[in-house]
Amino acid sequence: MLILTCPYCGVAAEETELQPGGEAHLKRVGPEGSDDELEGYLFARKNPKGVHFERWRHAYGCGKWFLAARDTATLQVYGTYKAQTTHPPADVVSEIRKSRPDWQPDWTQAE
Amino acid sequence: MPTATPSGRYSVFAIARQALRQHQNWGRAWVSPEPRERYKVVIVGAGGHGLATAYYLGKNFGITDIAVIEKGWLGGGNTGRNTTIIRSNYLQDPSAAIYDKSLKLYETLSQDLNYNVMFSPRGLIMLAQTEHEVRGYKRTVYANNLQGVSTEWIEPARLKELVPIINLDGPRYPVLGGLYQARGGTARHDAVAWGYARACSDMGMHIIQNCEVTGIETDSGQVRAVNTSKGRIGCEKLALVVAGHSSQLAEMAGFRLPIESVALQALVSEPIKPCMDVVVMANTVHGYLSQSDKGEMVVGGGTDGYNNFTQRGSWHHVEETVRALVETFPMISRLKMLRQWGGIVDMTGDRSPILSGTPVGNLYVNCGWGTGGFKGIPGSGWAMAELVANGSPGPLAADFGLGRFREGRFIDESVAAGVAH
Repeated sequence: MLILTCPYCGVAAEETELQPGGEAHLKRVGPEGSDDELEGYLFARKNPKGVHFERWRHAYGCGKWFLAARDTATLQVYGTYKAQTTHPPADVVSEIRKSRPDWQPDWTQAE
Repeated sequence: MPTATPSGRYSVFAIARQALRQHQNWGRAWVSPEPRERYKVVIVGAGGHGLATAYYLGKNFGITDIAVIEKGWLGGGNTGRNTTIIRSNYLQDPSAAIYDKSLKLYETLSQDLNYNVMFSPRGLIMLAQTEHEVRGYKRTVYANNLQGVSTEWIEPARLKELVPIINLDGPRYPVLGGLYQARGGTARHDAVAWGYARACSDMGMHIIQNCEVTGIETDSGQVRAVNTSKGRIGCEKLALVVAGHSSQLAEMAGFRLPIESVALQALVSEPIKPCMDVVVMANTVHGYLSQSDKGEMVVGGGTDGYNNFTQRGSWHHVEETVRALVETFPMISRLKMLRQWGGIVDMTGDRSPILSGTPVGNLYVNCGWGTGGFKGIPGSGWAMAELVANGSPGPLAADFGLGRFREGRFIDESVAAGVAH
């Protein structure tokens, strides 16, 4: 069973306590966005076979939304972190690199 | 040893002839050649949908210069991993059209392919277990009648006659009636893939297994070739007809699909004597049940809520499904389960498939069948063949294009069908 540690309340929550919320770090498209951008925001998910950053809610616990780094090819959990970040933190990235040395982030840290 | 010659026509006389030879000389059902340098059409994915696409390209359009390439073995993906349910009682008109075309093709598929796919129109009932579902299914019945798809609403008493083992007064969700499609049923899933493969092979098409696509070559926005584990294969047109890994193939061609891959599980029990001769789906509690010809109770459930490519799913979904079914069919409570497995299904936002051209010229996709692909195989192949041959969709595929997400023209079956599809 999938177990994720909630970064807010610290509980190691089993899957039945959690509600999945899809891909993390999506950038909202506002009224000034183009049709292409809105379509991308709503539907074009990365769906990677490998490292995936996703949203979860500790639904039957503290109720908070948090983020997790998980591998869709091996089901390994690399770590969880708070939702108030624009990118996965360095410790999660280094945890990913331990299992997947060739993995490259698709964001630049300066952003 | 079976010979490498084509298998000839199957008939009672063929069985008699072979019986005299101790069944030593049955030919292989399909030949497995090495790939040529170039084909007119290359289809990625030798599951039901890919093979059906090839078959109808040959049968309806006379195109036989085709290779169907497959990274694993033929029908080893979701075609061999589903619960074999066939129905066409959909709410939306485009869905009803393509699934009913599919059902009609299934009805004569064994004769058409000269291969027994064991289509069994035993009838299918979707249970209504809440007031909301009663209203929803009555609405579907009315819609189906307008679409020319024969379905009917049945009351609990009639339902009990059709399914004597059902418990109408379940403690959680009493059965309030059902949506009944007498023409629905099941078929032998492997045989569907094998039958199409044999018919394609007989037309001279190449079915190439253990051949994984590693890249897609494009030039000036047109597809040129696929690179595979068996080398480069040139093509005029390319059709991606895979489930689960559609996003990965699209990425190789440089575009993204509105798809997410999740695990869907099923399980079968030990075989028991015949006790249920219809298919029953219970969408409120996420479980469906039918009895195979061997006597096994075939159980399907809900999908996991998160992306997954491992072909195994969450234990608690199995538990949920089984719990619901035991409540609805108390006599199965002591059954031992023999096997459990998962398949990776590609889900779209509106729970309807995608049959479409793509940003790359002469590259077509058929994907997003979600949890309901098996029933769609013949209709999907028929519509996809039309799309690939003409370069533009026919009436069956027209509404299932990629453009519908941008334009908001969804074919929303997620509310109508729920998760059990």
